[in-house]
Amino acid sequence: MSRQGKIVWARWSVSLGLAGLLEAACRLGFVPKLQVIPPSEMIAAMVELLQTEEVLDNVVQTFSTVGLAFGSAVVCGFVLGAIFHGLPRVRRAIDPLLASYYSVPIFVFYPLLVALFGLNSMPLIAIGFLAAVPAMLIATLLGLDRVPPVLRRVARMHRLGWGRTAALVILPAALPNLFQGVKLSLAYAFIGVIAGEFILSPGGLGYSIAFAYESFENRTMYGLMLFVLLSAVLVNALLSSWESRLLRRRGRG
Amino acid sequence: MSVETAAHAVLRGVTRVYPGASPVYALGPLDLDLARGEFFSVVGPSGCGKSTLLDVLAGLSAPTAGSIVFEGKPVVGQVPDGVGVVFQEDSSFPWLTVRDNVAFGLRRIGMDGAEIARRVEYAVGFMGLADFAGSYPAQLSGGMRQRVCIARTLVLQPRLILLDEPFGALDQQTRLLMGDELLRLWRETGATVLLITHALDEAAMLSDRVGVMSSRPGRFIDMVDTGWNRDRDSRIVADPAFGAITARLWSSLRTESMKAIGRG
Repeated sequence: MSRQGKIVWARWSVSLGLAGLLEAACRLGFVPKLQVIPPSEMIAAMVELLQTEEVLDNVVQTFSTVGLAFGSAVVCGFVLGAIFHGLPRVRRAIDPLLASYYSVPIFVFYPLLVALFGLNSMPLIAIGFLAAVPAMLIATLLGLDRVPPVLRRVARMHRLGWGRTAALVILPAALPNLFQGVKLSLAYAFIGVIAGEFILSPGGLGYSIAFAYESFENRTMYGLMLFVLLSAVLVNALLSSWESRLLRRRGRG
Repeated sequence: MSVETAAHAVLRGVTRVYPGASPVYALGPLDLDLARGEFFSVVGPSGCGKSTLLDVLAGLSAPTAGSIVFEGKPVVGQVPDGVGVVFQEDSSFPWLTVRDNVAFGLRRIGMDGAEIARRVEYAVGFMGLADFAGSYPAQLSGGMRQRVCIARTLVLQPRLILLDEPFGALDQQTRLLMGDELLRLWRETGATVLLITHALDEAAMLSDRVGVMSSRPGRFIDMVDTGWNRDRDSRIVADPAFGAITARLWSSLRTESMKAIGRG
């Protein structure tokens, strides 16, 4: 078995082993069912819930909110990163703000966002956006910083204009960092939106989990939690696999 | 016929000053005539402006004063058609295969696909990379990556090839062999070559003529004609004349090198 194969095997063994232990602990009564239900029941609950229209509506609502927050954060983060990279003085001014950004609990701005956008999905999109945009901005700055100057000189040797230099040299060279930014932005947008729904929204998966928790509907709560967990892991695994293929070509995988 | 039209490239009174609170006088004033098809090397102490000289000759940076003429046309603001540059650092594109790296410049000028394939195949084969055409730079050694960069320049069929310490990061044996490759390339293409190097033996082995630069601001303090035949290769290091040329280069350079490290 290859080294990579062994790592995957070990990862699955640990995950399944822990799930098996929890299953046994629940079935044998070491863990009360009121606290945690067995993983097999979580799976069954998730499958059942995903066949109901109400949950599917919530899935669509949450995922479209995440998608909008993520997409706008990636575009704005990239554009702002590129602008700040080209303006060193502005960058020096905003660097301390970026460094301390994640120490600010952005949820405190929810009332302001409701006042600005009204009681609809926009405040949640804004929360997801605010959570995700610095990750993309910082990754863009890092990526552009790390483009070897000699590649820009090669572009000049080939007499490429500004646009072609950016498209054919700068962006491909910065791609590994940009990809990291995309991955982090997705994670932060997901966290921001689900957490926002959990405490602030009248709909979506986060809201449904909170509602089930308050109504002692453990099966629903764990089924939805498992779905959120699996969705996040799946998307992350897909992006990671894409990223490692990209880095392997460049000898960094 | 004047010198300016007979020579392939002509530099007159070229000066480069980096402005600032305390301006850095990096280069010149400096004059140089490069004959068509000549292999000319530049040696000099660290920081004497060798790479600056290459940059202004290539059109990658503008001189503060003076003029540069290539094939009768002034070099202003951009790399002239017919000039190729190979840099000291690995400048291969890690996201492209060897084949795509080499084809990069040809695709940019919109050349016909069949002609690109023909030229790339020739350049890749010429540089001994045929078995690695589908590989990515990360899968190659440092010497092979530098050959990719040379092939990427060669494929454009430049008439003036500027090389900025292209073998600086390679071990001595690989450098000798790469030197042979470079001589072969120079003979077959008939291009004029300007090589920047800090290695006196490399300059002595490869060149028709070697320019020795002073410490900053760099000027030519000696011009050494090697007198080698055009079909030379790395075996000339065993020739007694090789030792004599290297010794002359060092005697011209020693005082300047001492100045560069603050002992002059």
